Amino acid sequence: MRDISGLTGHAPADTSISSDKIFSSVRKSSPKIDAEGLVLGRPAYTDDLAPSNALVVKLVRSPHAYARIVSIDASRALALPGVACVLTWKDCPRTPYTRAGQGFPEPSPRDKFILDEYVRYVGDEAAVVAAVDEETALKAVSLVDVKYEVLEPVLDFEKAIDNPSVIHPEPEIYENFPIGFEPKRNIAAAYRMEVGKVEEELARSEVRIEGAWSTQAQCHVALEPHAAFSYLDLQGRLNIVSSTQNPWHTRRIIGMTLGKSLKDIRVVKPRIGGGFGAKQTIHVEVFVALVTLKTGKPARLSLTRKEVFRATFTRHQMRIEVRLGASRSGELRAIDMFVLSNTGAYGEHALTTLMVAGSKTLPLYNKVASVRFGGDVVYTNKVSAGAFRGYGAIQGLYALESAIDEMAAKLGMDPAEFRKKNMIREGETSEVFRIMGEGTEGVAMTVDSCKLDYCVRRGMELVGWDPKELSREVGPGKLRARGMAIAMQGSSIPLIDMGSARIELQDGGSFKLHVGATDLGTGSDTILAQIAAEELGVELKDIAVYSSDTDHTPYDTGAYASSTTYVSGSAVQKAARSLKRQMIAAAAAKLGVAPGEVEFDGKTFKASGGKSLTLYDQSFNTLYRDGEAMRTLSATESFTGHKSPPPYLAGFVEIELDTQTGKVDVIDYAAVVDSGNPINPNLVKVQVEGGILQGIGMALYEDVRYSESGRLLSDSLLGYAVPTRADVGRIRVEIADSYEPSGPFGAKSAGEIGIDTPPAAIANAIYAATGVRLYDLPFTPEKVLKAIKKARG
Amino acid sequence: MTATIVVNGIAERLSFAPGDMLADVLRAAGHVEVKKGCDTGNCGACTVLVDGTPVLSCAFLAARAEGKAVTTVQGVEKEAARFAAFLGAEGADQCGFCAPGFALTVIALSREIQNPTDEQIKAYLSGNLCRCTGYESQHRAVRRFLEATHARH
Repeated sequence: MRDISGLTGHAPADTSISSDKIFSSVRKSSPKIDAEGLVLGRPAYTDDLAPSNALVVKLVRSPHAYARIVSIDASRALALPGVACVLTWKDCPRTPYTRAGQGFPEPSPRDKFILDEYVRYVGDEAAVVAAVDEETALKAVSLVDVKYEVLEPVLDFEKAIDNPSVIHPEPEIYENFPIGFEPKRNIAAAYRMEVGKVEEELARSEVRIEGAWSTQAQCHVALEPHAAFSYLDLQGRLNIVSSTQNPWHTRRIIGMTLGKSLKDIRVVKPRIGGGFGAKQTIHVEVFVALVTLKTGKPARLSLTRKEVFRATFTRHQMRIEVRLGASRSGELRAIDMFVLSNTGAYGEHALTTLMVAGSKTLPLYNKVASVRFGGDVVYTNKVSAGAFRGYGAIQGLYALESAIDEMAAKLGMDPAEFRKKNMIREGETSEVFRIMGEGTEGVAMTVDSCKLDYCVRRGMELVGWDPKELSREVGPGKLRARGMAIAMQGSSIPLIDMGSARIELQDGGSFKLHVGATDLGTGSDTILAQIAAEELGVELKDIAVYSSDTDHTPYDTGAYASSTTYVSGSAVQKAARSLKRQMIAAAAAKLGVAPGEVEFDGKTFKASGGKSLTLYDQSFNTLYRDGEAMRTLSATESFTGHKSPPPYLAGFVEIELDTQTGKVDVIDYAAVVDSGNPINPNLVKVQVEGGILQGIGMALYEDVRYSESGRLLSDSLLGYAVPTRADVGRIRVEIADSYEPSGPFGAKSAGEIGIDTPPAAIANAIYAATGVRLYDLPFTPEKVLKAIKKARG
Repeated sequence: MTATIVVNGIAERLSFAPGDMLADVLRAAGHVEVKKGCDTGNCGACTVLVDGTPVLSCAFLAARAEGKAVTTVQGVEKEAARFAAFLGAEGADQCGFCAPGFALTVIALSREIQNPTDEQIKAYLSGNLCRCTGYESQHRAVRRFLEATHARH
C-alpha cells in the first residue's frame, strides 16, 4: 500500500502506475480544462450571461415567522413606471410541489406552493415583482402592501410534534409514497429500523454509554448567490439558464408545477460558483419562469447574500441520541441511534437526510450483534433545510464517532485501536446496506474496496499518534491535543441515479463529449474527459466537453449524492468503449480486414500486412468521402449503479485549546482517504481538503442565531463566520491506493466524504485536552469555556 | 450622476446614482469579471485595483472612483493567466467564482511584498474567501507563482 498524493505540497501528485494497472489519461492531475477562462473572469456564470433587456425580478418576503396573508394591495407598485407585474398566490397554480431537486417521484413531501396564502418563515415569498431595472423593482417591492394575520410560530424543534400550531394545515399537500408524513402533527417524515434486539443486547452488554449530540443548521455559502434567467426562444419555448446542480429535475419540477409540456422547456446550467447541495433545489428558477410566461419577456433573478442566508436552504439541524453497548474486551455489540431532525418550514430532503444519518454511519461498525435506528423530521417556522454535502452523515458521524470515543475511554482503550477492532473491512458487508436506502429500501452489497484499515494506520503514522500522550501543555493555559474520527459516504444512489453520455468522432479526428452531468466547479467536465480519453486511447486535448443542457446533452440526474464520477463517469466509459468499437469496425471495412485484426493506438488504425489508416484521415472518410458508407460515428450510453461503493476516510486533528479563553484552533488536520482509484488525484485532494475546511467551519465557527421572533440573525458574512485562510494551520490529505471494481477505472466518489470527520475529531480532541465532552455544535469559545468551568465545578 | 472612470486603461463615461457601488456600476458596464459574492465587503470576490491598490468594489462608492484608474482582472490579463496556470497545476481552481478577485489580490501582493512568509501571504489574502478548496492548494499555487515571479525579475 502506498500513498500516491505526496506528503507535502510540492510533492508531485501524479503517478501513472497503480499496483497493477497502467493508465495514460486517468490517475493524472491534469489542470481543469476551464482553469484559465475562469481566472480571467470570462462571462461564465448565470448572472454574467443574462440579457441586458431582462426584467429584474425581486421578491416580497415575509417579515413574520408564521402568518396568513389577509390581503395584498399591489396598486401603488403597479402604478410605478417600469413595473411589469406583481404576482401573488392568486396568480399561481394551486399545485403542491417540492423544491428538492430529486428523482421522480421525490422522497420529499409535496408541501410547497409557488406562492401561498400562508408564509411559514421570515423570508418566505409573499409576492413576485418584476420591473425594468433593479432600482424600480426594489422600489416596487417596498410599495406592495401585504396585510398579515400573524400566527403563533413553532420555533423550538423539540416542541414541534403535536404542537397546537400546525405549520401545514393545507389539504392539498401529500407524500409521493409512504415517508411517515404526518403534517397535522408537524412531522414531515419518519423512519424506524432494527436488526436484532437492541434493548436485549444493550442489557447484556458489559459496558454501556449514552448521550445526545446536537448539530446546527449550517449554511452552504457557495460564493455565487443563486441566480437564474429565462426567455422565450423563437419557437416560444421557455429557456431557463440557472445555477442549478440538476437541470433535468429543474425542468421536470417547473414543467409539472406550471402545467407545461417538458418539451417546451429547456434548462441550461452554465458555470456554477459552488453548490455543496445549495443548488440542488428550485429557489429562483420558478419565479423567473413565471414572470417570463406572464409577460413574454426575459426575466432575471439573482439573490442577495442576505436572501441566500434567509431564504434558501440550510443543513438539517439534528439532535441525535446514541446508546452503545460493548464487551469489556472491546467488542462493540449494539448501536442505538434516534434522531430528531428539523426541516424548517418545508420538508425538502427530510426523509433522506434522516436516513443517511444512519445508512452512511452504521455500516462502519458492521460487527455489532444488533442495531437500531430511527427518527422524526419535524416542521418548524425556520429557514427550510435541504441538501448539504455530508447530507445527514456528518450529523450522524458527529454523534456516533463522539460516542465511539467515549466508549473507548470508558473501556480504557486507545480510540484508534477500538475503531480498528470493530470497523468494516474489505470483502465484508453490513445488513444496513440492504435495509436502508435513500427514501426506500437499500441495496445489498459487499464492500469490494475498503482501505479504511490503511487509512487509520497511515493517519496514525502521519501525526505520530500516541494514545498515552493525546494532550500536552505547550504554554500557560495552552493545551495541544489530538482527536480522530472515521467516516464513510456513498457513490450515488444505486438504481435511482442515472447518467448518460454521448461521444462523437468529429472531422479532424477529435471528439465531442456531451454529458448531462453538472460540473459545480469540482472539475467533473475535466474528469469525464479524462475517462473518455483513457477509454478511447486518445489524448485529453482531443476531447471537447459540453455539459448540462436539457436540449443538447443526454439525461443525467445531476450532481449530488457523490455520484458524478461514479455514475456519469461510468456512462462516459461505456460510450467511449462503444464508439471505439464502431471506429475500429469502420476502419476495418476501409482497410478490407476483419475488425479483430485492427489495432488502434490513439492516432492510427493498424492491421496486419502493414495496412494502416490515420484517425485524422478516417474521420474525413466517414463524413465526406465514403459515399453510401458515410455516417456520424457516435455512441450514447447510460449507467446506473447496482451498488453505492462507499469512500472512506480517517481524520486526525491536532488542536490548540486556550483554557483561559475557550478558543480552539486547528493546528493540523491530517486525513487519509480511500476514494478508489483517483481519476485526477489533485482534484480528489482538493475536494477532500475543501470538505475538511467546511467541516472545521461547522465544528468551530459557523454559529446560527435566530431572534426570539424567529428571524435569522446570522444572515451575512459579517455575522456568519466561514473559515478564512488565516484560521487553520494546515490540512494534509493523502489518497490511499485503492481500486473499486465497479467504478470507472476503479474510481469511487470524493465530493462529500471530506466534510464528515472534523466535528467528531475536534470534539474528541477537546475531550482529550480537557476531559470534557461537548455535545452541542459549534464549539465556540463561550461554550468551551463554560463546559470546562462546569467540569471543574 | 455621470463620471469618467478609467477602466483597464480606457476612459469610460459612466452614469450611475450617487449611492451606487463600484461593483454594480462595473458589472452594468459589461465588466462581469467583477463578481459579487456577499454585498458586505467580506468575501473579496469583487476585488479590483483602484490606482493600484486592492479595494472591495461592492463596498466602494463608484463616485469615489471618478478620474481614477480602475483595474479589473482583465487589465492584468497576462499576469493573471500566468497565475491561472499555477492554480490549475494544483487543482486549486474549483468553482472559480472567487478567482478574478483572488488573482488581483495575489498580483497586488506580488508587487507589494518581496519574498513574503507564509503568514504574510495568508494575512494579505485573508479577505479573499474560498468555500471550495480549503485554501491549501491555493496557498501552494500562490507560493509557487510568487517564487516564479521573483525569479523572473
